[in-house]
Formats: sequence, C-alpha cells, structure tokens
Amino acid sequence: MKWEWRRFLFSFVKKIFHGKKTTFSDVQTAPLSEEQLKAVSIAPVALRPLQLLVGSAQSIGKQRDHNEDSLFTLNAILADGTSELPFGIFMIADGMGGHQHGEIASGVAVRAFSHYMLSRLYLPFINLISESPGESIQELMETAVHESQQAVVRRAPGGGTTLTAALVLGEQVTIAHVGDSRAYFVYPDGRMQVITHDHSLVHRLVELGQLNEDEALSHPQRNVLYRAVGQSEPYRPDIDTYQLPHPGSLLICSDGLWSVVAENQVFRIIKNAANPSIACHELVKAANDAGGPDNISVVLVQFLA
Amino acid sequence: MPENQAPIQQLQPGYVLVDRYAIQMVIGVGGMGSVYRARDLHFPNVVKLVAVKEMINQAPDPLVRKTIVQNFEREANILVALSHTSIPKIFDYFTFEDRSYLVLEYIHGKDLEAVLNETEGFLPEDMVIGWAIELCDVLQYLHNHKPEPIIFRDMKPSNVMVNQQGHIMLVDFGIAKIFRAGQKGTMIGTEGYSPPEQYRGEATPLADIYALGATMHHLLTHRDPRLEPPFTFAERPVRKENPSISPELEAVINTALQYNPLDRFQSAEAMKEALTVVARKTGALSRIAVGTSQITNETSIKPLWTFKCEDEIRGTPTCDGGMVFVGAYDNNMYALNAADGQFVWKFPTEGGIVSKPLVNEGVVYFGSEDGNLYAISSRTGKIQWSYHTNAPIRCSPRLAEGHVFFGSDDGFFNAVNIMTNRLTWQVDASTPIRSAPAISGDLIYFGCESGDFYSVDFRGQTKWRYKAKRAITSSPLVSQGVVFFASVDSSFYALDAKSGWIIWRFRMGKGSVSSPCRAENDVFIGSADGFIYSVEATNAKEIWRFKTDHQVSGSPVIYKDALYCGSADGNLYCIEYKSGRLRWKFSTGGAITGTPVINNDVLYVGSADHLLYALVA
Repeated sequence: MKWEWRRFLFSFVKKIFHGKKTTFSDVQTAPLSEEQLKAVSIAPVALRPLQLLVGSAQSIGKQRDHNEDSLFTLNAILADGTSELPFGIFMIADGMGGHQHGEIASGVAVRAFSHYMLSRLYLPFINLISESPGESIQELMETAVHESQQAVVRRAPGGGTTLTAALVLGEQVTIAHVGDSRAYFVYPDGRMQVITHDHSLVHRLVELGQLNEDEALSHPQRNVLYRAVGQSEPYRPDIDTYQLPHPGSLLICSDGLWSVVAENQVFRIIKNAANPSIACHELVKAANDAGGPDNISVVLVQFLA
Repeated sequence: MPENQAPIQQLQPGYVLVDRYAIQMVIGVGGMGSVYRARDLHFPNVVKLVAVKEMINQAPDPLVRKTIVQNFEREANILVALSHTSIPKIFDYFTFEDRSYLVLEYIHGKDLEAVLNETEGFLPEDMVIGWAIELCDVLQYLHNHKPEPIIFRDMKPSNVMVNQQGHIMLVDFGIAKIFRAGQKGTMIGTEGYSPPEQYRGEATPLADIYALGATMHHLLTHRDPRLEPPFTFAERPVRKENPSISPELEAVINTALQYNPLDRFQSAEAMKEALTVVARKTGALSRIAVGTSQITNETSIKPLWTFKCEDEIRGTPTCDGGMVFVGAYDNNMYALNAADGQFVWKFPTEGGIVSKPLVNEGVVYFGSEDGNLYAISSRTGKIQWSYHTNAPIRCSPRLAEGHVFFGSDDGFFNAVNIMTNRLTWQVDASTPIRSAPAISGDLIYFGCESGDFYSVDFRGQTKWRYKAKRAITSSPLVSQGVVFFASVDSSFYALDAKSGWIIWRFRMGKGSVSSPCRAENDVFIGSADGFIYSVEATNAKEIWRFKTDHQVSGSPVIYKDALYCGSADGNLYCIEYKSGRLRWKFSTGGAITGTPVINNDVLYVGSADHLLYALVA
C-alpha cells in the first residue's frame, strides 16, 4: 500500500519537473544545516498520541548450531486526555559461557528484567489508585538488572549474558547496559551514535593504547567481557537517560550484527526500509550474507511525534 | 532444570573426608568449589583446625581432567616447600573422585575484603602501609624463589587475611586457576586488580606489584576496582577519594599502578623501600613527582570595584545594558554602572530584597519582602506599576508570553499581564513559593516550601505534580527534556519534564536550596553540607565534589571552562568545572548566599558584608 503510494508520488514529481533540462552535475550543492535538515525530515503531521514504531528480528547465524540470544519488545500507549505516555521496553541479551547454561542465561535474564519492570513500574502506572513512584526510574532499572543477575545465578549457574535494555517513557529513554551488545541512536543525516560502552577487555585495552585495533580483532580474549549478568564478581550496570531522537531511531543489537555489518551499511538499510520490521529483517540478512559468524538479534524503535 | 545440572553439592558438616578431616563449616565459596573449616582427626587429644580447599574438576574430556590433576599436584608440591610467616603452611593434598583438596593451616582472622565491608569511613593510612610492607616482604620471598620465581597473580583484598596478631597472610594461591583451564567459552568477570599486560598473557613479578598497588588503592579509597571500568586508577588517584592520604603515599601507589611495567617499581624490595620511607615521612620521595595544583594566591585577586549598600546582599544581581541591578536588605533596589560601580539610582521598598531582578525592554521587575512585585524603569528608577500579594516575595520573577510569573509566601503562584498589570490566573499551592520558576516549551515549573513541585501550562492548569520529602527552594533547570532541582530533603532530583516521572535522585550530605546549572553532560549544585557537586546528567554519577568551609546556599554558574560559586564561608570559588580543581578563591567579609553573574569577563557577586563586588572572571 505504502509502496504504491510512493510510486504514485514519484511519478507525480516526475511530471512536475518534466521538460526541465537541469542535470544534477550542474547544480551547486552544499550540506544542509541542522535547521534545514529538521525542516525537511520532520513529518508535517503531528501524531497524537505520541507513539513508537517497533521492529525486531533474530537469526541463529550461519556458523553456530544453537541460539544463545534473546530479545524482548513491549510497546504500549496510554492516552486518556490528562496523560499521554508512550511506554516501551526493548531488550537484547546475548548469552555465553559455552557451559550448558549459557544458552538459557539470556532468556532467564530477559524474563526477570521485563517481569520486574512491568510489575514495579507499568502495573502501578495503569493502576486506578495511582501512587507516585517511590523509586526513580534509574533505581528501578538497576534493581531489574540485579533481579536478572539473581535469576541467572539461580537458574543458569555458570552461564552469563549481556543485557542491553531500553525503557521508553514519554520522550526519554533510559538504557541499562551490561556487556557488549549495543544501543545506537540513528539520525536521519547518517550519524550513528553508539550510546552504550562495550564492557569488553579488548575495547578497554585499545582505549589505553595497550592494543591496536588489528590486535584487538585477533586477540585470543576478544570475547572476554569484564562485566556480564551472571558473573560472580560484583559490578554496577551502566544506566543512563537520554532524550529519544526525533526524527531518528533507537537500534539495539547483539555483536552478531555490529561486529559483522559496517555502520554505513546498517544506516543505509534502516534508511531505505519501509518500516522498522523490514529494516530488522534486512539487517539480519546482511549479517548472514557476510558469513553470519554469530547469533544475530536486532530491535529497532522509531519515535513518531 | 534437568537433574544432572543441579548445583554441585557441598560437603556437609560432620562429613569426614578421607577418614581424617571432619568438616565443621563452609568458610568460603569460590568458582571452583568451597573452602571448609575442618578438624584433623589424626590429633585426637587436641583440636587441630585446618582449612580444606576443594577444587572440582569440571572438564568433560578425560584427558583434560587428567592433565588438570597432574598440574594441581605439581603446583601443590611447589607450595608445600614454601616457608614464610605470611604464607599458610600446607599439610596435605589429595585427589578424591572428581575433586582435589588442599589442606592448609587454618587462620584465625578475616580477609581484607571483610575488613573493608565492616569499616565505616576510611582505614587509617598507617595500618594500610603496615600491611603493604608485609605484602611486599612476602612478594619478595615468592619472586626470589628458585629455580623459578613464583608469581602470585591474584593479589586482592579477599586473598589477604589479617590474623589475630594483626599480621597479614596471603591465602589463595593461583592453584584454583588450573581447574578453570578445563572450561571453554567466554570468560566472565574482571580481575579488577590485574595489570593490562596480564591480558596479553604476560605474568611477571611486576604484575604482582601492580595488583598490590590496586589492592592498596581499594583499601584507602573504599572504592572497589571491580565496580569501576578496568584500568581507571590513573583517573582516580587515592587523594581524590580520600584527601587525608599523604601525597607521598599516593605517589607510591601511582608508581605501582603504572600501565607500562617498566614505569613501576622494578621489584617488591624497591616498593617496600619506598613504603618504609613514607612510613618514616622523611620526604625522601621527592624524586617521584607529586601532583601539585597551581593555585593562584588569593591576595592577587583584586576587585575592579565594590559598592557598599546599607545592609546585607543575600540575592543575585542582574547585568543588562551596561548596568548592574541588585537588591539589598536595606530595602533598596540599586542600579549601578557596570563599568565602574558608580551609583545611578536606587528604589526604596518596604522590605528586604532577595529576589533577582529581571530586566525586559527597559523595565526592572523584582519582588520585595513588603509583598509587592515592582516594575521600575531601568533608566530612571521611577515606578511604573506594582502588584500586591499578601506575604513577602522571595521568588525571582520570570517573563514569557507577555506575562510575569512569580510565587509569593502567601502560597499563590501568579501570572500577571505586563500590559494590563492584572492577574491572569493563579495557582494555589497553599505554601510559600520561593523557587524561581523555569519556563520550557509550553510548561512552567516551580517548587514549594511544602516539598511539592508543580508543572503547569500557560492556562494555569496543573500538568503534573511531584512531592519531595521537604521544601524545594531550589530553582529548577530544564534541559534536554529533564528538569533538575534540589530539595531540603538532601536529594538532587532529575524528573522527566513531560510526565514528572523521577529519572534519578542523587544523595547529598545535607539539604540544598542551591539551584543547578549545566555544562555539556555535567550538572552542578551546592549543598548545606558545604560541598559543590558535579554529577553526570544522564546517570547521576558523581564526577567530583569540592569542599567549602560552610553551607553552599548560592548557586554555581559556568563561564568558559570554570565554575564560579560562593559559600557561606565568605569565599567565592573559581573551580575548573571538568576536574573540580580550585583555580582561585576570593574572600569577602560575609556569607555569600546569592549567585554570581558574569558578563563580558566581569563577575558580579554580593555578600552579607553589604558589598557588591566586581571581579575579573
């Protein structure tokens, strides 16, 4: 439907400019300013209530015999005249261990996290007798990571998992992050901003100048994380709150995508896809086309406002 | 969970291992198995306690399992031959089914991690130096072992015990690591205490030196390196967390923690030597650079001019169009020439003035404790109009959409039209409002003395409300969709500006009436606990705190790369806002409770000594 409409629009545009002799090489061009970009990229209609468009995709990849990734998405809106609040939880966990429990660690972590956030944050919010929350969103997120940690230790001892969880409330997104899955803000002008920090040893050693990028890629401990949900040593998750980019999107993915598909290709796929679900499907396909060395999980969230 | 995946069983109290060691209790649990306290039954007439360390062989491949057991026995043979007062004696070792055991001297005491957990505040410097010297001594013994030096590899507080005599014992030799080799897959967890080169597979005596430095860092700062990103000691020198530590000791720890092994002490002896020197405080460490901060001598800061009022200046001046406007507790609003401090006019009211004047199109708006909001011509000082409320106005007004917005101690928040000078609407908060409103987008934000925080739209409709435990006198800052403010309940808050959901809360030592400011991703605020804090806006992590000698009721401001803030100790501080390092301070004769204002590199600040100062920022 959407495609048809676009084709129609395209032919319409062609009609308008029919007969014009200007070719692109004649035209002087300059990059658009931030203001100009905003003007051309914001949809002229304001969508009410504010809402999120969500896609996800997952693949075992081409070289692994089982899937250790888990993902979770939940997208809700409550608009009742007085309040209007998009709510969403988007999460990716990449299990590890090689142990028999590595496989289930990611699923356990994702379930424990979402269960905690829904019961402690969302259910009180839609409760008729609403009380103002006693704990901050960041405190709740930290406890949710702790719950995941406990669940992994209990249900998958010896296993571990990354966890990158985004909680969208209104226009703010709070990210809880452990490990080397990533969250990006993707802007319409092609900027891809990594908003998480990989908790991997090689990443830190590169930062310190102890390794160069090439050494890091071939380092025997390139998969070693210094923080993972399920580890026995204590740690603190990274928890940060940002304003959701609009226009723009939030991408969460496991290293099966980001270490395999180049950023500019990721951007191209997202930009050209008709919707986030198709974008995620195409991203997974690109990782598999590049050899699919690992499990791949992708979640893409667009904020429509 | 299938049955064969059940967690590995611990030995139960009463169980007798190899007919000799009666298990009494579990004293530790590690990744490879447990540590038990047991009684050695070969000594029936005395109670001889031993520690039994259990290591479970989890390798599925029989060949690998065999290699692990061989390695274990080889290592155990080395340890048995060691003799040092800080190394527990090994009495026995054996392998039983899939478990290998090491029987060691039982130590009455606790490990340093437990000591840290039980300590409120910081451990005394002398005590840590004493332990570190003993640790150097035992490392020296191990590193000089023949034919091969023994690298401890795992120096950290939990592997160091303090016995009842106060001496240290090194308890967990790397022997357990042998059992880890049988596992495949991704390693989980950080050492936290290991040097970078250990991740290139290098383990030399210099790795133990680094780990000892890391252990001392943890003991002195109470900051667990496993909770921090790896290799961040250089960014967190011990004195930053614990200023009571001597610079000499910090220099020793910094040397031990160098990323490049060649920059560290080249032996445990050398480190012990340096620690001994610190202990004697002879100052012989001067060849090691001690970070000295360049502080401009405070006497070198001279005001450009001062202006004397008849009473205290507790509020904040405003600079506009070459003039400075400031209210005082002598009831006057003053207008001065910004360049030289020359008096231009004053306007008398019937009450003290703490409200920061607002200047717009030739009109100065401010509140007075006489209950009036005044609109005065900025050029002539003549009154244009006033609006009366039933209690003192201590709030600073804001202007938007042709209205002036302000709260009063009578409990109402008012929107007054500046053309008609009439009230358009008011919100009844039923409690004094002293917090200056923030206006962002189509919402207005302000706090109240009851602890309520309001978000109202331009029609005066409440959009949301948040309740802090105590008064909110602090004026909110709205930035990137988040509203920041402090409360007398000791918290610094960040709320979602649209919904009022609390995003984070930062605990300070005492309450605060200071108003936050922001530069990039850092937010700054003062507190009655005497500190000025720098906190990351996205996650409430403290970046630095700066101690003044009294309450900080005024608010910080950022100008270029510096933060300026006054304190009730009478000083105005200029601090590098990235690092929290003091650049200079300027003493006034009374408390500074207002906020400095900076315009064209000139800073204006009032003090309770009745003076308004103009300084070069």
